[in-house]
Amino acid sequence: MVENRPWLTVLQHFVLLCGVALVLFPLWIAFVASTHEGRALVAGVIPLLPGDQMVENYRTILTAGMQGAGGASVGTMLLNSLIMALSIAVGKIAISLLSAFAVVYFRFPFRMLCFWIIFSTLMLPVEVRILPTFEVVANLGMLNSYAGLSIPLIASATATFLFRQFFLTVPDELAEAARMDGAGPFRFFKDILVPLSRTNIAAIFVIMFIYGWNQYLWPLLVTTDESFYTIVMGIQRMVTVADSYPRWHHAMATAVMALLPPTLVVLIMQRLFVKGLVETEK
Amino acid sequence: MHKKVTFGGFAFPLVLLLPQLAITFVFFLWPAAQALYQSVLRQDAFGLRTTFVGLDNFARLLNDPSYLASFKVTLVFSTSVTLTGLAVALLLACMADRVIKGSGAYKTLLIIPYAVAPAVAGVLWYFLFNPSIGILAYLVRGLGYNWNHQISGTDAMILVVIASVWKQISYNFLFFLAGLQAIPKSLIEAAAIDGAGPWKRFTSIIFPLLSPTTFFLLVVNVVYAFFETFGVIHATTSGGPGQATTILVYKVFTDGFVALNLGSSAAQSVILMLIVVLLTAVQFRYIERRVQY
Amino acid sequence: MADIAIRNVVKRYGDTQVIHGISIDIAAGELIVIVGPSGCGKSTLLRMVAGLEVITEGEISIGGRVVNRLEPKDRNIAMVFQNYALYPHMSVFDNMAYGLKIAGRPKGEINERVQKAARMLELSELLDRRPRQLSGGQRQRVAMGRAIVRNPAVFLFDEPLSNLDAKLRVQMRLEIKQLQRSLATTSLYVTHDQVEAMTLADRLVVMNQGVAEQIDTPLEIYERPASTFVASFIGSPSMNFLPGEVDGDGTSIALAQGPRLRAMGQALGQHGGRSITLGVRPEHLAMVPEGEEDFHLQVGVVETLGADILVHGKLVEAGAAARQAKGEGGSGIIAARLPGSARVLEGERLPLKVASGLLHLFDPESGKRLVEV
Repeated sequence: MVENRPWLTVLQHFVLLCGVALVLFPLWIAFVASTHEGRALVAGVIPLLPGDQMVENYRTILTAGMQGAGGASVGTMLLNSLIMALSIAVGKIAISLLSAFAVVYFRFPFRMLCFWIIFSTLMLPVEVRILPTFEVVANLGMLNSYAGLSIPLIASATATFLFRQFFLTVPDELAEAARMDGAGPFRFFKDILVPLSRTNIAAIFVIMFIYGWNQYLWPLLVTTDESFYTIVMGIQRMVTVADSYPRWHHAMATAVMALLPPTLVVLIMQRLFVKGLVETEK
Repeated sequence: MHKKVTFGGFAFPLVLLLPQLAITFVFFLWPAAQALYQSVLRQDAFGLRTTFVGLDNFARLLNDPSYLASFKVTLVFSTSVTLTGLAVALLLACMADRVIKGSGAYKTLLIIPYAVAPAVAGVLWYFLFNPSIGILAYLVRGLGYNWNHQISGTDAMILVVIASVWKQISYNFLFFLAGLQAIPKSLIEAAAIDGAGPWKRFTSIIFPLLSPTTFFLLVVNVVYAFFETFGVIHATTSGGPGQATTILVYKVFTDGFVALNLGSSAAQSVILMLIVVLLTAVQFRYIERRVQY
Repeated sequence: MADIAIRNVVKRYGDTQVIHGISIDIAAGELIVIVGPSGCGKSTLLRMVAGLEVITEGEISIGGRVVNRLEPKDRNIAMVFQNYALYPHMSVFDNMAYGLKIAGRPKGEINERVQKAARMLELSELLDRRPRQLSGGQRQRVAMGRAIVRNPAVFLFDEPLSNLDAKLRVQMRLEIKQLQRSLATTSLYVTHDQVEAMTLADRLVVMNQGVAEQIDTPLEIYERPASTFVASFIGSPSMNFLPGEVDGDGTSIALAQGPRLRAMGQALGQHGGRSITLGVRPEHLAMVPEGEEDFHLQVGVVETLGADILVHGKLVEAGAAARQAKGEGGSGIIAARLPGSARVLEGERLPLKVASGLLHLFDPESGKRLVEV
């Protein structure tokens, strides 16, 4: 800090605390609501402190799901979300590493064309091509399957771009040294490039895991069978029901379960994730 | 962007690229082409006959009051989300950049919303503003305003804007903070020696130097508000009441899946694609420009 | 150990030619240093020998075998890179062993060879470390070790010492020389540092703009530089160049700045009457009592080095006031290296004499050395 102005420091902390309160307040209320009986949330104003029904509420939704909101239990939906998020994250990293390697380390005809085809995906988010993409997946018989949930979301220009940027910073001499050591392209990729990219891989993993977990529209389209529902899309049904029945305690418990895994991933891998996020866009 | 050292061969790099190219083609390019194709066709009510109608779908859309209304809703929504989101995040980032004690803790807490899905964020705020039991709705009522987003379009819009901004704060905050930390401390010190106070330093030095970051976030936030907020709206207001929160993406979805109006939905997709292409082009120009620094 | 033959090698990138036909014969066990300013093509030449750059024209053979089309790994060579190019995620041991592993050598042999190289380079204690945990000098040694374990016929060094600080550079220079002597492996060493070049080389290749200006022993290059480029590149500070004209009888040289030099011990009759560029090394100028001088130096700046002093100034005719250089006569600014004990004041006029027999004559047009008789 350039100068010492005590009131400015106080003001800063005050603003930051307001920001933190803004961020945490909805989460806190959701948590509180998830620990009360359904009846406590119907009459008047909801309480601000946790109740004693936490274990009971969470056990109910995890095993039995929510009454009146379809049969899938939150446990099943969590598992589906996990499978989908992991497939997307791992799949994206795998194909992006390969294609970034090809684009950076080889000279071949149509290289730039391939590059631009991959980059065109940036301009075609799933939201703008909803119907035709749905039709393709339906024609391929991939509705109500984990493949249908994850594969169409795997192509990622962002991850390819980040790996490309990273590969470009790897000193040429390393590739030359590997060549002198007799390593062919695949050997170089496996022994040198991938191990060197570990931090980037971890950072992209966090970003893509959250991207996959938080998908909403896509699972909404491709799943009609409730055993394939993901938690983030499942919550919408609960809210619709919660408004007509006094079931807010279950809806909020589900919301907490839906946001807990990605939040933990972000918090645990915070440093890697922040580095990766800010660098992706540079 | 070129490596001095490269490997030879033609088949091997293509094999490496194959998975990504295949997925891109099957799930991105082909559907996009389909959307283009369907946007010039129209099906009859029973889906039995399809006829070529040229740009008629587009013409109808542009004369359709509900589509134009949705355009207006989208503009109001994305402007509100972008400006509010940037302002709040910039304020927090400036404060966090100056604070020494506890900045790590603030940062950790402020990035949590990034992990929360837009749909879940929507649900959280929907609950807080629930007209009968929501605590914020209760507080607002205490101030003399009868909050009800199920009836008032304005209330519903405010609700989805708040939820969308809340979710995006982390992202904006992280980028602003990174941008602020990239400004050399010596510049700030030089300005202080020249007699500029904190506010003067912000307006004359920090904010101008931050403009690349701000511009980047502007584009990203517009894209976010246009497309990624689908979950916020679908999980809470469902575009209502009436059409008060039906943004363009939401309309593509309802017209295509609920009303099964394929031609119109495809035409809307094409218009959205044009918007993304435009935004991406703007972003690319910006990246190009920055590379030259 | 193998000999290397580089024959009329040319390198072009598209339309730009960067190497204009170079031929060098390197005997087995010889240490050849390629020296030149940045951009002269020395690294490109080395990389063509290594197989990292395609040879546009000409031929390179190692141990009698033409290697133009061979992969680097098949050329029986090893290379030490400027930034060492150590694999950051591998231990010192793995860095040295990687090439052997790929070649599919048995574990026992790999271990033995790495241990042996590590002992030679005093790296035995560091085998488990990562490159990040090593000092600059240690990394340099690992890079050498990686080259040694493969027991190649040829070592290639690409400015291996330029990332080290001055003191370490002197030490490693010595180590490289000793190592090369004891292993007697043919070596090609690229540097832009003339001291490194002079001290290490059996023979030097001085390169400029894609051409080998001179290939010879360091001493020969110092004493008989083939061109003004070589003369100015080797030797520090650079050789002084003065335009002038040889007298008809070849006994003296009239400098453009006015003074007249008698050519002691060198017969210049062959060049009588011709315009030349005269070259005099700063260390070949000596301070003499007034009256014996060839010319005066109007002292500008004096740099004290301890053992020596460097005197920079303008050349003036004995006894006359400094006069404007005529026409293309050059600036007349020269440097002299005098013993550290000499007391020279800035602004003073210093009587100087050229040591006998140490004049260099160059053609003013081509810059080529004129043959002595």
